[in-house]
Amino acid sequence: MKAQRLGAWIAIAIGASYFIIPLLGTLEFSLRMRRGEYSFDAYRSVFSDLQFRETFGYSMMMAVLTIVFGMLLVVPTAYWVRLRLPQVRPIIEFITLLPLVIPAIVIVFGYLRLYNSSSWIPLTGSISGTNALLMFSYMTLSLPYMYRAVDTAMRAIDVRTLTEAAESLGAKWPTILFRCIFPNVMSGVLSGAFITFAIVMGEFTMAALLNRPAFGPYLQLVGANKAYEPSALAVIAFAITWLSMGLIQLVSRIQKSAPAKA
Amino acid sequence: MCVHADAQRSLQASGQKAYMSTASPTLISKRAVIDWLGIAPFMLFALLFLIIPTLYLVTGAFLTPDGSFTFKNIGDLFTPSILSAYWISIRISIASSIGGALIGFFLAWAIVLGGVPTWIRSGLLTFSGVASNFAGVPLAFAFLATLGRTGLVTVFLREWFGFNLYSTGFNLLSFFGLTITYMYFQIPLMVLILTPALDGLKKEWREASEILGASTWQYWRMVALPILWPSLLGTTLLLFANAFGAIATAYALTGSSLNIVPILLYAQIRGDVLHNPNLGYALALGMIVITGISNVLYIWLRMRAERWQK
Repeated sequence: MKAQRLGAWIAIAIGASYFIIPLLGTLEFSLRMRRGEYSFDAYRSVFSDLQFRETFGYSMMMAVLTIVFGMLLVVPTAYWVRLRLPQVRPIIEFITLLPLVIPAIVIVFGYLRLYNSSSWIPLTGSISGTNALLMFSYMTLSLPYMYRAVDTAMRAIDVRTLTEAAESLGAKWPTILFRCIFPNVMSGVLSGAFITFAIVMGEFTMAALLNRPAFGPYLQLVGANKAYEPSALAVIAFAITWLSMGLIQLVSRIQKSAPAKA
Repeated sequence: MCVHADAQRSLQASGQKAYMSTASPTLISKRAVIDWLGIAPFMLFALLFLIIPTLYLVTGAFLTPDGSFTFKNIGDLFTPSILSAYWISIRISIASSIGGALIGFFLAWAIVLGGVPTWIRSGLLTFSGVASNFAGVPLAFAFLATLGRTGLVTVFLREWFGFNLYSTGFNLLSFFGLTITYMYFQIPLMVLILTPALDGLKKEWREASEILGASTWQYWRMVALPILWPSLLGTTLLLFANAFGAIATAYALTGSSLNIVPILLYAQIRGDVLHNPNLGYALALGMIVITGISNVLYIWLRMRAERWQK
């Protein structure tokens, strides 16, 4: 038993150093810009870069749009499948897992060929069309996470009883969906939203190949041209990811302690 | 407690029966139509942005530029330059998935069965949630700042131990460098998926085997591992596919100096470096086949694993 505990601590120590040392390295490197002393110069340089603000804002907006449209697609579908079409669940689940199977670069390759300016839906022919296509691509990328988060939250509530209760009180479909189902799966919606946020903020392949000024391609560009700023950006990116995941934890904890509102 | 549960179950069953009988025969077809309309938006989305684009590439892989059927593109994949790209991609994916799976397994074991305080468990799980999503370009920056030529660890080893990492032939922009960088998101993913599986090992199994006189080793070899192996192998396959499709980290780390398949495909999309669009489709098809096979096996193994988690 003692040996087991010792082994466990050794494993934890190895894992922790593997996880923590690169973070420390990045942090230390990002402070090294001024010779001979630590300073926040790299961060100052990053924050004063106009392109940083523009790309960051662009990706942020994309993330919000992706979350809104993604949830409008995923929640009703997950609800409907649980309520009316339990027999197609395996098919839907299979489809939602496809974005994990088909590499992102392959999906965007297909988009570029299928929606180019001489095709039947010339989405890449205009800027707004390309923006829309990028948002759809992000929805696709986050589909596995969103669907799973929402479906898990839905498992915890009795969809059928809730629906019947709402119906017997005279509620129509929009009321049932937005005032009864959505609030009850809020924990799932929010965790799906935060993970989508983290994915979209750092995504590189889709935005680079669709030629949109997003944060991911900007990061790559800075990495290829500057020395200390990339580390500062990595620290910022890690903070964003950490924030998103922290919020997921917080949401699920609040949800657990709060009584279910039906 | 038990009576209550039973009562609830029978109530549920009768409720379900009543619910089903409300649909009279004449309404069934109309209802079925509405039922299917409910998932129409989702299906349309999946078709437009997932299935048709992929099928387009898959069919394109079997066409010549002027549109007739051919196997030539597939055959052209087996030329040395493309084959070597696949080979190095596969090797990096195998190395990072097995490395990630091993370390991840021991970490998951440590927090579930190792008797460490619970704050370590929740801390590690939270961190894993973050780190498994911390991929892409920033991850490359982090490892450059750590193990690059002027990175923290490199400088530390040189100044404190007089050990020059780069004189040993180590290079972050290489097979080995990319592998340990990928493991940064592989290990946490393994921890996240395997922890529930280890939690699912019932205490009774352990107690039963101990009562029957089994040693710890026998318990693991004859009880725990046979139950866990679908999860272990399945997750390793998932990590494999995860690494195989990744591009951003590799691209930011090595530019285009390391010739892995996603980077080759990226260059092909950007500028038709293979001088044949349809060969590009075949390249994409090859990626789908490899990630597809590993994922199908993963799902199959997962279904086997879930038998024990009820």
